[in-house]
Amino acid sequence: MSDPIIKIQNMNKWFGDFQVLKNINLEVEANKKIVVCGPSGSGKSTLIRCINRLEEHQEGDIIVDGNELSEKTKDIEKIRAEVGMVFQQFNLFPHLSILDNCTLAPIWVKKMPKKEAQELALDQLKKVQIDDQANKFPGQLSGGQQQRCAIARALCMQPKIMLFDEPTSALDPEMIKEVLDAMVSLAKGGMTMIVVTHEMGFAKEVADEVIFMDEGMIIEKAETKEFFANPKSDRTKLFLSQIL
Amino acid sequence: MQTINFLKPSRDNIKNYSIIGSFLVLVSLIDVISNAFFKINLTFFLPGSLTTLFPLITGLIGLNMMRIDYSGNKTLDSLNKNINTNNFNALLTLLILFSIIKALPQSLSWMIFDATISGDSKDACTGTGACWTYIKVWFRRFMYGMYPNEFHWRINTAFILVIALGFVGYFMKENLKKYLALYYVIIYPVIAYLVIYYLISGGSFGLQWVETGAWGGLSLTFIVSFFCLIFCFPLGMIFALGRRSNLPAIKYISICYIEFWRGVPLITVLFMSSVMFPMFLPEDFFMDKLVRVIIAITLFEAAYCAEVIRGGLQSLPRGQYDAAKSLGMGYWKMHIFVILPQALKLVIPGIANTFLALVKDTPLIFVVGLAELAGMLALAKTNPKWLGFAMEGYIFASIIFWIICYAMSKYSYNLEAKYKTER
Repeated sequence: MSDPIIKIQNMNKWFGDFQVLKNINLEVEANKKIVVCGPSGSGKSTLIRCINRLEEHQEGDIIVDGNELSEKTKDIEKIRAEVGMVFQQFNLFPHLSILDNCTLAPIWVKKMPKKEAQELALDQLKKVQIDDQANKFPGQLSGGQQQRCAIARALCMQPKIMLFDEPTSALDPEMIKEVLDAMVSLAKGGMTMIVVTHEMGFAKEVADEVIFMDEGMIIEKAETKEFFANPKSDRTKLFLSQIL
Repeated sequence: MQTINFLKPSRDNIKNYSIIGSFLVLVSLIDVISNAFFKINLTFFLPGSLTTLFPLITGLIGLNMMRIDYSGNKTLDSLNKNINTNNFNALLTLLILFSIIKALPQSLSWMIFDATISGDSKDACTGTGACWTYIKVWFRRFMYGMYPNEFHWRINTAFILVIALGFVGYFMKENLKKYLALYYVIIYPVIAYLVIYYLISGGSFGLQWVETGAWGGLSLTFIVSFFCLIFCFPLGMIFALGRRSNLPAIKYISICYIEFWRGVPLITVLFMSSVMFPMFLPEDFFMDKLVRVIIAITLFEAAYCAEVIRGGLQSLPRGQYDAAKSLGMGYWKMHIFVILPQALKLVIPGIANTFLALVKDTPLIFVVGLAELAGMLALAKTNPKWLGFAMEGYIFASIIFWIICYAMSKYSYNLEAKYKTER
């Protein structure tokens, strides 16, 4: 068994007086795909935002690719560059074209030559099938296209880990499929993925493990088949009966 | 049962109604015009009070007859939609039209028909109209202040040079574009300063020294506005970012700065800069009054710029920060490539507002003895040989200020349109 690429130990996090994450323990091995599900307000998004330190945790350790995240972490940018993230609201940069959205970080963060970055970006855009939209602006694209662009943008940094924060929640049903397709093909390529989603079909298809969270705690963590076939806790059963 | 309302047009008879309606409006306008311009009362046969109300009543009836929701005629539709939506608006429209017509003859005859422009002394102005001779004679003073006449070419050359240098960014090659901000924020002001120092101040290269006290008129307005505008923007940006910083020291310094400068009146700041400030300086250290004033206005306006820019920064969704961070960008990269380009685009109207206010605040430097355009007017109107022409002077100044400010606001609209992208 190889060393886990993400290791979270006894992590606690508060927003003011309110404890959002309680005693989280999680290990993710390289190339594994984890789906995190649970009711809203259960801390799923906060958990994955802690993994690239968009949120700071107060107690416990988070170790990403051998680097511990804390206030002392000097080059947090370097760790973030290794961890791609896709947001619910896409968060494309509206003042830049699709191509520039994808090349901005490789050029300025990774110091990649412009030409190389553009080739890479076009390659990634092709994989999510929007290379023909490269010169448009985000505002001119549909939600599904924007989200696929956001995936391509994250992939252009050639990250080791990809985090998805409810990537399909802001999309209408027809567009969900095109985004999920892009994610499935990414998963088949062997990327380490942590996906917060309510798409149980996607979980069944690609996930190695499913984590169920409620009230800031990990209630259940099981292999995908096991999770859906016979969930152990009553809370999980209730959740699954409502969502399936 | 169909009610008959002969004042209400329908789509079938709109043609007749609009012809009659416009005829009535025309009659009312002709009545007012003949009254105002030729002193002819067309409705002399009516009793006194009716004569005054006659154009208003006919106009209202006419507009009422033309009012229909959708006529198919574009001109009529836009007329109805904009100035004739209901009787009250029609009344306002007519009243405004009539007052403009009433005011026109007097102002036209004062400004043009009865005005004098020939001659070069006060004696030429004998008519009842405006005395443009005054502006003509004083024109050079209004433009260049007390600057010696034979050296005016130096000011002109300096301005042409500075403007030409301002356009350099426009023709810059693509691979040099990334230095554009550097050029405009640091190199350009320095070059402009040197040009103005060596050409207008003189003192070397065989040019005679002209002290800043002699500078004045519109050229001084331009010099003060130019340097204040070009410095207050980057300074404001720094304080806007500073106020949002996570580092307490930087944050509180920025807050103190902004709140201090926003809390004091500009006129006090100018007095301080010219009277108090030199007292704090060492004996042998000399700083020109004009430079001190420019620094004072810059610091003052920077505080306003900072708050406008901060407004733009705050209006960006948090997701933009998250996305930039998640791509591994640090503070400066995130702000330079993602946050500021969007925020600055949003604050163009606010910044234009601040800049216009700045240009119009420059006359205040009169209180410390620097006479720019409005200051020169104040001097000229107290000249014993030319007493009594304050009106002409102020009209002249307001026209010039209006042209400058309108050009600036037009430019800001262009910028807005240029950087508009769908969100």
